[in-house]
Parts: sequence; structure tokens; C-alpha cells
Amino acid sequence: MAVATQVLQSEWTKIKSVRSTVWTLGLALVVTVALGILISALSKSNFDKLSPKERLTFDPTFTSFAGMGLGQLAMIVFGVLVVSNEYSTGMIRTSLAAVPQRGTFLFSKITIATLLTLAVSMVTSFLAFFLGQAMLGEHKASIGDPGVLRAVIGGGLYMTLITVFSMGIATMLRSPMLSLGILMPFFFLISNILGAVPATKKVAQYFPDQAGRKVMQVITLDDDAPYGPWGGFAIMVLWVVAALVGAYVVLRERDA
Amino acid sequence: MIEAVGLTKRYGAKTAVHNLSFQVRPGTVTGFLGPNGSGKSTTMRMILGLDVPTSGSVTIGGYPFAKLPNAPRQVGALLDAKAVHGGRSARLHLLSLAQLAGLPARRVDEVLGVVGLQDVARKRSKGFSLGMGQRLGIAAALLGDPQVLLFDEPVNGLDPEGILWVRNLMKQLAAEGRTVFVSSHLMSEMALTAEHLIVIGRGQLLADMTVKDFISANSADFARVRTADTEPEGREKLTAALVEAGGQVLAEPGGALRVTGVPLPRISDLAHDADVRLWELSPHQASLEEAYMRMTQGAVDYRSTADQRAGLMQADPYAQGYGYGATPPQGQGWGQPAQGWGQPGQGWGQPAPGNPYPTLTGEQPNPYAPPQPAQAPAAPPAGPSAPAAPAGAPATAPADLTKRDSEDAR
Repeated sequence: MAVATQVLQSEWTKIKSVRSTVWTLGLALVVTVALGILISALSKSNFDKLSPKERLTFDPTFTSFAGMGLGQLAMIVFGVLVVSNEYSTGMIRTSLAAVPQRGTFLFSKITIATLLTLAVSMVTSFLAFFLGQAMLGEHKASIGDPGVLRAVIGGGLYMTLITVFSMGIATMLRSPMLSLGILMPFFFLISNILGAVPATKKVAQYFPDQAGRKVMQVITLDDDAPYGPWGGFAIMVLWVVAALVGAYVVLRERDA
Repeated sequence: MIEAVGLTKRYGAKTAVHNLSFQVRPGTVTGFLGPNGSGKSTTMRMILGLDVPTSGSVTIGGYPFAKLPNAPRQVGALLDAKAVHGGRSARLHLLSLAQLAGLPARRVDEVLGVVGLQDVARKRSKGFSLGMGQRLGIAAALLGDPQVLLFDEPVNGLDPEGILWVRNLMKQLAAEGRTVFVSSHLMSEMALTAEHLIVIGRGQLLADMTVKDFISANSADFARVRTADTEPEGREKLTAALVEAGGQVLAEPGGALRVTGVPLPRISDLAHDADVRLWELSPHQASLEEAYMRMTQGAVDYRSTADQRAGLMQADPYAQGYGYGATPPQGQGWGQPAQGWGQPGQGWGQPAPGNPYPTLTGEQPNPYAPPQPAQAPAAPPAGPSAPAAPAGAPATAPADLTKRDSEDAR
């Protein structure tokens, strides 16, 4: 395990020595929290205009996470860059020449990036929740309410897993442009569109983001998904595991 | 010690490296020469375990790279000087590599001093010149104080002072008993730096010998003979007579013959005996660069009537190593790829119709190739008593050396 420790140290040096880390993670936090505050404030001022059904299904916790759809894109960029920087610069050859154990290298690298992401995601999620609830005034949820703490922690986990998923995809595709070109439209547009169209909704609800988002919801009266919050989360975990397995196989089998 | 045995790498139909066997010994600088695209970098990557050979194997100190205990302390490599994240400072780049190898941070400052980058250590490498990038790459290779060092084109982009520095560094590392394997496409540079040469072309071994041997083999005098254009059959007649007399004959562009191994007066006698009229008989010296270019152009000079047999590759070790690229003499035409050469034939491209060195019946085997691929390192390392260059030579710019002849070399 000495090698793993060495890779962890090295990867930590790499992550903190490039500016893209601060930019992407910072942007993810700011966008998620700011948009959450904005949508929460708007929701409060619009609350009186809502229909009774809409008022009944109003989920203050999930409303404060409204910025996550956009904020996760910055996380995806972080995840993609952490991995594909190695390939686009050619650094991967130097790294693998130093650590021939490719599996150790890959998973140590992903571990460091994941831990950093987890920390930032949790801060983001709690900040978005508390600041969003502050905007909602009398409609707010409390962290002690049933399911709320789970949803807030789930929000942090959701962002982390999206990032890890991106790392796995980027390892398979290698090119940053290709990875971002697939991941960004998928999570920003395609998944949402397919999830909104009734014909494809049954399939789309098993997409990693749609399934994983379930864990952030507290009030799910109008939802007919066949899984609960942790069930949805588990589906997302399966996607992430599949991406990591694919990444490992590709890295091990292909020439660097 | 790096040892490759039957190393082959195919990318689909293209063969990048074919049946390469060689040894790189400690204590000397071994030059790895070949034109661009000849498979040097692919071979380097296979040595480092980055690319998996299609067949064959390569080991360092008896281990395949992936099984090498503590690899970064045993092997250092410069593959691509630009393989650095531009946003990272030189020092942090090296620090991340040092940590990867389990080395203390002070080693980073040491190698930064060795390559002379201490003043820009905290600058982002994006702003580095090509030469500074090469120095950073060399620093990375030196980090683990390894016994085996690989450098892929280390002098690219360096100024004359930098080239001199690299040259001396390589020699010093070798003098410390390390294995130093340096690739280049410049014969002139390698003639000054290396003691041993491994030359490949189109992925195959062309020569494996000491620089000393290479120089003496290639700077030999030759005679240019031109027979009368009015008597075209005279050329073949003279070629046959010269070959019979133990000479080696190469056809030059423009119809002249390049003859080695037969002194000028004897050529004249032979021509007279064969009743062939000569329009030119002149003494010449081949430059090293020229010899190397010719060797790597794919028009390798081994030919025999047996070449045309199918399945020859298994039967004849010479044909396997050196027989491709040019067309058999009595072939059906220059442009036609030979069918009987097995898979590699696909990858070599057809010989150009205007092959500048068409071959003739009765020509000799490539005199610079080792006798058999299996016993490639035929000559022992020349040892410190035979430095590759005269003492004054390193100060000379390499451009001046492209036209070396035997006098300059020794």
C-alpha cells in the first residue's frame, strides 16, 4: 500500500497546483447556492399564486437545491479535467512509467478527487439548504423535519457521485472535449427532456441523475417512481460503479 | 541492461515495430537512431510498459517493466518534454512525480539545480521555451537517481550550449555505470554522444554496432563508375564482373554505380577485361549522415534470386530482417507489393517506382547489418578507451558534422 500512499500524495499535489480546481469547484458552489437562493426567493413571492395541489406538493428542501442542475455542470468539468488533463498533456505516460500498477494509480487518483469533491459538495449542499430556507420565510423546512437531513446530505452525495461518474467516463474517453461534449448535454438537456416526455419517462427515471436526485426530495406526493430515495441513490451508485469498472478495464487494457 | 527479444508492435494492419531484438548495456551511451516514424518512440513506450507488444518481450534488468520492483527508482525516462500541465509550476510538477516515487521534496530542488531551472522553478511551465521544457523533462528522468535512463529526442529544441550540456550529461551518466538509451534522428549528434548504435528503419533493426565500427564501415572509400550510356548492357556486365571480384555494387540515381571493396585500378582492369567502356571512374568518400540516410531509406541492399519464393521469411533470417522495402530484381515491376512476405509486407508501403537506389542482380547483403538478428549485439561495447568523438569535437555545432568523413571522425 506504500504505492497507494505515494499516488495519493502526488495526486493531491497535482490537484491543488492547477487553477482549474479552484475555478470549477468554486463555480459549482457559487452557482448552486446563488441559484438556490434566487429560486427560493422567487418561490416565496409566487407561493400565493400556486394552485392548491402545487402548494400541497411544494418541497422547500428541493427548491433550495434548484441550482444543482447547473452547478453540477461545473462539477462535471472538474471531474473530466482531473482525469483528462493527464491525457491531453501526455502526463499519463510519465505517471504510468512511475506507477506501473495502473489500477492503484487510477483508484488513488479518483479517491483524492472524490474526497475533495465530497467536501465541497457537502458544504455546497448545506449552504444551499440554509440560505434557500432563509429566503423561503414561512414556507421553509427545518433541518429537523423528517427526511430533510437525509435530503441535504443526499444533495452532497449526489454532486459527488456525478463527479465520480464523470471521472470514470473521462478515463474511458480520454479526450476532455469528447467527455464534456457527451456529459454536459446529457445531464443538462437530454436527461431532462427524456424525463419530461411521458413516453420516455419510464426509461429516463433510471438515468443516474434522475435516480440520484430522488434522495434530495422530501415531499414526493406526485411522484410515481418505483424506487424510494435510497433506492434511487443505489441506482446512481450502480451507474458510477459501472463507469469505474469500465475506466479500470480501459486503462488496464489499452496502450497509454 | 535493457533487452528486447523479437519485439513486435502492430496497430491494425500497420506494423510499427517488427521483430526487434537488441541489448542496451550499462556503462555506455547507446544511440537509438531512425527516421521519424521508424518506431523509436513505440519501442521506448514498450520498454516502459506503456504499450503492450503484439509479440516478443522487453525486459529491464531481467524484469518486464510492470513487474519491476520500485520502478521509478530504477528507470527514468524523458518521453515527451511537452507532457506537462502548463498551469503547474516546474517545481510542483517535479514534486508530484517525486511523491509518486516516494522521494523527499529536497530531491526536487537538487534536480532543478542539475538542469539549471532553479530560477524559474516556481513559474508556470506554460511559459517555458522548448529548451526549458526539455530540461524539465530531463530533470524528471533524473529524479529517482535511476540506473536505467531513456531519453526520447532529448536535444530537440535545445541551443548549442544545451546540446553540449545534454551530450556531456549522457556521457557522465554512462560513465557512472548507468544504462543510457538515447533516441535521435540525427546521426551527427549520435556519432558524438553515443558509443553504441542501434539503427532501425520502418520498425526493423538495420544496424547494431559500436559507433567506431559504424564509422569505419561507412566512411570507407568508394568508387563511382559510370559506363557508357550508349552501351546499356555494359552496366550489367561490369556489375557481374565486379561482384565476382568481391566488390559491392550499388546503383545510384542517374545510372552510375557505387563500388566498394575493389580498388580503382582493379575496376579499370575489370572493365577492360569485360570490354566495357567507362565514362567515369572517380574516388569518393561517403559521409556518415549519407550512409545512415541510405540505410534508413528502406532501400536496403540485400537481394538474391531466392527472394521471390513464398514463405521465405521462415526460411531465411536475412530476408526477414532486411529484405523488405525494395523490389526483387527480376520482379514484375517496381510498384507491385510482394505477396510472399507475410504480414509485414502490408505495412511497409510499396516501393516507389522512382526508387533512388534500385538494386541489381548480384548485389551484396547490407554490409552494416549484423550477421544475424539473433546475435544482434555482436560487438562488445567499445569501453571508455574509445570515446565516440575526438576531444575537440563537442564544441562544434552539429550542423557542421553532417558531412563528416573518415578523417573528421577519427
